[in-house]
Amino acid sequence: MKFIDVTLQLLDGFGTTCLLFALTLVFALPLGLLICFGSMTKFKPLRYLTRAFVWIIRGTPLMLQLFVVFYVPGMLFDNPIFSQFANGRFVAALVAFVINYACYFSEIYRGGIESISKGQYEACAVLGMTKGQTFFHVVLPQVVKRIVPPMSNEIITLVKDTSLARVIAVIDIVFAAETILSLKALIWPLFYAGAFYLIFNGLLTLLFGFIEKKLSYYKV
Amino acid sequence: MAILEVKGIKKSFGSTNVLKGIDFSLEKGEVIAIIGSSGSGKTTLLRCLNFLEFADEGTISVNGEVLYDGVAESSAKKKLKNDDKRLRKQRLHFGLVFQNFNLFPHKSVMGNLMLAPVLQAKSELSFMERWRFEKSDAYAAIREKALATLKRVGLIEKKDSYPCELSGGQQQRVAIARALVMNPDILCFDEPTSALDPELTGEVLKVIRELKDSSTTMIVVTHEMEFARDVADKVIYMADGVIEEAGTPEEVFGSPKSERTKAFLASRKNAAAIQEDKPE
Repeated sequence: MKFIDVTLQLLDGFGTTCLLFALTLVFALPLGLLICFGSMTKFKPLRYLTRAFVWIIRGTPLMLQLFVVFYVPGMLFDNPIFSQFANGRFVAALVAFVINYACYFSEIYRGGIESISKGQYEACAVLGMTKGQTFFHVVLPQVVKRIVPPMSNEIITLVKDTSLARVIAVIDIVFAAETILSLKALIWPLFYAGAFYLIFNGLLTLLFGFIEKKLSYYKV
Repeated sequence: MAILEVKGIKKSFGSTNVLKGIDFSLEKGEVIAIIGSSGSGKTTLLRCLNFLEFADEGTISVNGEVLYDGVAESSAKKKLKNDDKRLRKQRLHFGLVFQNFNLFPHKSVMGNLMLAPVLQAKSELSFMERWRFEKSDAYAAIREKALATLKRVGLIEKKDSYPCELSGGQQQRVAIARALVMNPDILCFDEPTSALDPELTGEVLKVIRELKDSSTTMIVVTHEMEFARDVADKVIYMADGVIEEAGTPEEVFGSPKSERTKAFLASRKNAAAIQEDKPE
């Protein structure tokens, strides 16, 4: 098997990896904010429920969660929804990733929101701003700046975690490399796959550095 | 008619009675200085006026309209603190300048001044109108007002700076301008110079003095005795949650009646003397 053939096969899998990564971010970033509100609400039942949920998701392996999302609907309701359409496995993986990462993000948001001083809220209050205006125009912009470093950490981990999706047979780049290993007895494509992750994360690191620089126009 | 009338304000946190019945009134254009040692309830009183805290008892009236009635409030169906719309409207009668400025660090000086008025104007518009708001006359008017206010506090050349680029005194002047832009009936200051280096207090006090000359109604909680004596029309000395003594600056500083006031003023004088004796 030639280098170019391996590259093409890996690129095919890498497309899935990238898609899983991007879609997870698109859904998990806003969902994380919602979960964060849940875990900070004054309404106690909802707060405890949300915190218990975050505890379970953060306290169990992502790999198990992938199995649960993919298999449990079929076991419980006799309705294996994720095996009934073409991209079912991918969607199942996406659901598991979104839930898992939203929970991690929610804690990062919470840390960011709680680090904003009470004085900022009071300044908004005496200026007659609504709670929504206060949050979206004063609190959130400051939170974004503060959470860029922990967020970039988590997002770089997400790139690598997508490789777990292969446990429910989503054909990502590692799955593709493993296939070559078992069919052609070639080990090097697996290491080659590592280079894809490395370059992708290198680009992300540059991007986050750029964002941090962009946001450094003010200090707290 | 008094612009502000405060009657029988009581407030406790848990079992600590912080305010034990405060009465005073304020005429339009008057300046009241509130002095007293820490823990006497000065700041809590100011926070009650701005509805950052809610008094347990007592009434607050502005221009003859009762804004808050502690007793009625305790039995009201919808309490003020849960009625966001009413609360926001009532808070706008008062402006508050904080001890530690509380500027919005992510906004430029103009951004700080314009945020609240722009949001307020936008909230009355339809979705499409909001889109074009920055081209409207209303926006231009808010901008003009902000620029004029900035000129008043002498910071027009800093309009595009961020708070982190300003000195403490400049930040506090921006905070004063931010409060003024909302056209409050009464402007309150919570120890506006306490967080500043001594050499920076002058510029802030100068701004407050100029506001008095343009008949802004103000309540100033302060530790600056000289300033209170110079600027205030009335001085209130608070101790342990009550008004121990009130009157003109000449009465309170010149011939205090209460023993506690005398002791407080004497201790202040000593402190000032010690500071002046300090070798440079």
